[in-house]
Amino acid sequence: MAVDLATRPGASSPETHPLVRVEDLLLHFPVYKGILRRQVGAVRAVDGLTFDIRRGETLGLVGESGCGKSTTGRTLLRLYRASGGRILFEGQDIAELEGERLRRMRPRMQMIFQDPQASLNPRMTVGAIIAEPLIEHGVHKAEARRAKVRELLDAVGLNPDYVNRYPHEFSGGQRQRIGIARALALDPDFIVCDEPIAALDVSIQAQVVNLLKDLQKKLGLTYLFISHDLSMVKHIADRVAVMYLGKIVELADVRTLFSAPKHPYTKALLSAVPVPDPTVEASRRRISCSRATYPIPPIRLPAASSAPAARRRSTDVFRKSRSGGRSIPAATWPAIACKEGGL
Amino acid sequence: MSDAVIKPPQGTPGAPLVTRQRTLAADVWRQFRQHRGGVLGAVVFLSIVLLVIFGPYIHGIDPQALNVRDKNQGISLTHPMGTDNLGRDMFAQVLAGGRTSLSVGITAMLLSLLVGTTIGVVAGYFRRADGLLMRLTDLFLALPLLPLLLVIIMLFRDTLRAAFGPETGIFLLIVFVIGITSWMQTARIVRGAVLSVKEQEFVVAAKSIGTRERRIVTRHILPNVLSPIMVSATLGIATAIITESALSFLGLGFPSDYPTWGRLLYDGVNFMAINPSRVIWPGLAISLTVLSINYIGDGLRDALDPRIRGR
Ligand SMILES: Nc1ncnc2c1ncn2[C@@H]1O[C@H](COP(=O)(O)OP(=O)(O)O)[C@@H](O)[C@H]1O
Ligand SMILES: [Mg+2]
Repeated sequence: MAVDLATRPGASSPETHPLVRVEDLLLHFPVYKGILRRQVGAVRAVDGLTFDIRRGETLGLVGESGCGKSTTGRTLLRLYRASGGRILFEGQDIAELEGERLRRMRPRMQMIFQDPQASLNPRMTVGAIIAEPLIEHGVHKAEARRAKVRELLDAVGLNPDYVNRYPHEFSGGQRQRIGIARALALDPDFIVCDEPIAALDVSIQAQVVNLLKDLQKKLGLTYLFISHDLSMVKHIADRVAVMYLGKIVELADVRTLFSAPKHPYTKALLSAVPVPDPTVEASRRRISCSRATYPIPPIRLPAASSAPAARRRSTDVFRKSRSGGRSIPAATWPAIACKEGGL
Repeated sequence: MSDAVIKPPQGTPGAPLVTRQRTLAADVWRQFRQHRGGVLGAVVFLSIVLLVIFGPYIHGIDPQALNVRDKNQGISLTHPMGTDNLGRDMFAQVLAGGRTSLSVGITAMLLSLLVGTTIGVVAGYFRRADGLLMRLTDLFLALPLLPLLLVIIMLFRDTLRAAFGPETGIFLLIVFVIGITSWMQTARIVRGAVLSVKEQEFVVAAKSIGTRERRIVTRHILPNVLSPIMVSATLGIATAIITESALSFLGLGFPSDYPTWGRLLYDGVNFMAINPSRVIWPGLAISLTVLSINYIGDGLRDALDPRIRGR
């Protein structure tokens, strides 16, 4: 059975190559307007990302909602076609792969979705859902498939007897386990976890995160763990990338990032994490972003003049908050981003 | 609540933990039986179908037999639905008319459903085809249908008659004409449903698995747009029966010695004052059929949805 492959090559051995390497990744969603549906601009959801993910590690990707985290994850898995840049998976550029060659890459990289309800087809039984990847990638014997499905259910902590149930008969946490089982079905090396616990009850979040950690240890998986919950990321990630408006503003080791954040945006994010200690919590200062001067919808119109305007607007992102946070000119951001992003 | 405890399926308290293979058909059937309206509809519709098929063997009067002396009679044992102005037995005519109306209705509905669903799914799923197919749909919607029907029938009636004989020829023509002029609503509704289903995460999940497009459509999209298709289907039979009636009325449907429900209805309209039963019976037959089919559709739609199935 593949789920308990003791170790994979590279899972334990020190690795020189990163498993995934992203170079200058761009993803722009075109924006159309008018009856003629002319393209008037683009949402630059992912705007020049460069980073590595080492084999066996968990890279956390944090940032507020709408900054492009999901889009990054989906582009890495080629669910979207990158507008530019390279995605190297074990050294092979998959950004341009098409058709059958892309399909053959798919088993290597899988995804766990944010909304376990929406990501399971309500009209299929759990057995059919988990068997689908097996069918698509050539496990043709029904008997072998059934056995594998039961093993997978068992591996994610579900009763294998429930193969004939429908997703709505399960709780949120159980549904997420089904999603995890499906992602594991093809023995992937790399899994993008797109806020896998955001839709779950707090009491269940830890269980799912621990399951993910156990599976990682057992199967030598590599994760890109997307979240806006910094405390969870602190718990699971080895390194953390902080994303803001389609760019990575800071990428550092998890300990460094939490103890000595460099970028003002990272500090702002960290300042928003509640501390489980009443005295500390009371004296905690929040650095807040003022809504009025918030730098934008990440839409940039093609007119050249709009770019400086956007930059001008973004210079006073961080106003002094009432509690007395420092104001830091955002103009210095790119410099920090370069320093940290260069790795 | 602990995450590891699995709740028993609703509706079957204390059910044993089954591993028995669940088949879709069995599940759907089990749930359909729970739907009172659906079951009633099915019983009525089946009775109508059986009556129409086997009735003429029991009620052996020839629907075309003239008997002017017995014209415009009321209900009696020999003529359960009375007679018309030429003394023909109404019951025999309604039974004979039902055969034609039902087969036209069902076949035309299937054709229109096939065309509408195909166009709707392709337009909704493949963005490149969308513009063209929807303009085509708009074009058909904008066409003045009646003149179009007239022209088509005028052009092809004789050719088809020559090729398939008068009855089969006109049957094919009418089914075809109704089918290709009534798929547009289905196409639009299905396209809309596909557009919303295809944005759901389980479709993205299927893509990330590497599921082929064809199978994404058949396994993920189609089953999730079944409800609107079922609704279209039931409405489709009704419209088809009614369109056929209108055509018969205009003298473009089946020949006059070939009764259909619509034809009987329209023939009866002129005599409504003298003999109201001439419109009541065919009208009742049409309404009962359409209504029962609607209820069946309702029950099927619920039975096909596993989220409702448990209730
Ligand atoms: N399919 C799409 N078409 C157009 N814009 C999109 C699409 N998906 C996401 N976006 C935009 O891209 C930006 C990033 O979205 P997303 O990656 O979902 O953010 P996050 O996951 O960080 O919350 C948002 O501004 C969002 O509105
Ligand atoms: Mg997201």
